[in-house]
Amino acid sequence: MKKELSFITVIGKDKKGIVAKVSNLLYKNNINIEDINQKVMEGLFVMTMLVDVGGYKYPLHKLNSLLEKIGKEMGLKVQLQHENIFKMMHRV
Amino acid sequence: MAITVDEVFETAKMILYENLDIRTTTLGINLKPCVDSDFRIFKKKVYDKVYKNGLVLIKEAEKLELKYGIPIVNKRIAVTPVSLIMEAHLRKEKFLEMAKTLDKAAGDAGIDFIGGFGSLCQKGLTRSDSLLIDTLPDILSKTKHVCSFLNVGSNVSGMNLDAVNLIGPMLKKTAKKTKNGAGCARFVVFVNAPEDNPFMAGAFHGVGEGDITLNIGISGPGVVRSVVEKNKECDLTELSEIIKRTVFKITRAGELIGRELAKNLKIPFGAVDISLASTINKGDSVADVIKAFGIEYIGAHGSTLAIALLMDAVKKGGAMASANVGGLSGTFIPVSEDMGMVEAVKRKSLSLDKLEALTAVCSVGLDMVAIPGNTPEETINAIIADELSIGIINNKTAAVRILPIPGKKPGDLVKLGGLLGIAPVMSVNKYSAKNFMKRGGRLPAPVTSLRN
Repeated sequence: MKKELSFITVIGKDKKGIVAKVSNLLYKNNINIEDINQKVMEGLFVMTMLVDVGGYKYPLHKLNSLLEKIGKEMGLKVQLQHENIFKMMHRV
Repeated sequence: MAITVDEVFETAKMILYENLDIRTTTLGINLKPCVDSDFRIFKKKVYDKVYKNGLVLIKEAEKLELKYGIPIVNKRIAVTPVSLIMEAHLRKEKFLEMAKTLDKAAGDAGIDFIGGFGSLCQKGLTRSDSLLIDTLPDILSKTKHVCSFLNVGSNVSGMNLDAVNLIGPMLKKTAKKTKNGAGCARFVVFVNAPEDNPFMAGAFHGVGEGDITLNIGISGPGVVRSVVEKNKECDLTELSEIIKRTVFKITRAGELIGRELAKNLKIPFGAVDISLASTINKGDSVADVIKAFGIEYIGAHGSTLAIALLMDAVKKGGAMASANVGGLSGTFIPVSEDMGMVEAVKRKSLSLDKLEALTAVCSVGLDMVAIPGNTPEETINAIIADELSIGIINNKTAAVRILPIPGKKPGDLVKLGGLLGIAPVMSVNKYSAKNFMKRGGRLPAPVTSLRN
């Protein structure tokens, strides 16, 4: 299957269980995590996950709303964005 | 090289906290093939073409919003200048009916603004142009989505003062027919109008364009303000570099969305317009960028230099990021749509005269300027002609979007609603240019146009 790489970005206050909640959701939906990084920047916890959404069976807005739900529960901003936007903006 | 957390954060922060967005995706549609001697069939063809394309545009744009997590704020349509396609239907009521047809097609498809109800009359007025201008007060008051433009001059043809002289009376009539004169906000008069400008109210599908094309307008004054604020000590050369780098990044985002959207729509990609465009949202203000430069309020001495620096850096950064830079590409400084501009007028830092000076170095002109409703018609015409002559002589686009608001005096604040913001009424010079303006005719093309 063709890879479709997107970034999940989680921004906010560091809390227990962020990685567990997001990765559990991804596992249940047949989405592989290719890379994971985290860092504190400008006083904010920032985690990025590079994920392959090629195997996701439903339209992307469904995954988006599931991620948003986790974000709301934990008081964090969660975003899903195709990797091409970062490639275009940060690589010449 | 893999994308780092820092880079992902930088992009996410621009979108989440600094109002980075794709301001508009504007589909340019050629309406010439719809022309028919049977007006009923003509209208139906126009409706169908606009409605069908509008629906697809919205659907595909929404898909990309989701894929890239970047808001595409406006989905719009620009059509062939309507005076051209109405040449065989020269009756006022038919112009109004055509406007209503476009208005309905846009509204039914979910398009907020449809541009192009205008004419190219830089050298002379056809009967169709004159009828269109004559009908505009009715059109602007009886439609919600239709935007109108006139191009009354260019470097090579000079300025058509006879056309300019029709605008003051038209605007005063329009203002009287619409709440708070807001109908005037959907009309803009240009010289050197670009044929691929995606921004309203002046977007139209140029006669040199193909059948259909997609133009993109990106925006990010909030992003630029944020980097300027972080670099308080750097000199102007460094400041220009920092802005260039930032604009490069946001233009690349526009280029990506534009290319992919055009590909998905199976149509050619036109241009990315890299203009910084304000909204009334907090922080989304070009005036605030100028403030971050170190100027208390825009309009203070030093503001023209600041806008010149900003404008040039935006162009350089954008030009490196896309092979398709077009439209107006620079910096808009609308008054009512930018809360920093509104504040500057309230504090008497920004006058109409200084605004005119700023427009000599910005990309457009006097934009969203409210003036007292009792301003004489010939004074409105003279304000317009002054601004447009800057464009003619300096080889650039210049435009005016001005609202003579009935019953209002200088210092009053008028809520225009929605995207149009809050207009502080600005005072105009009380002395008259009536005898000069009534000479009419055409300002000859400047000597710089003789290049052959």
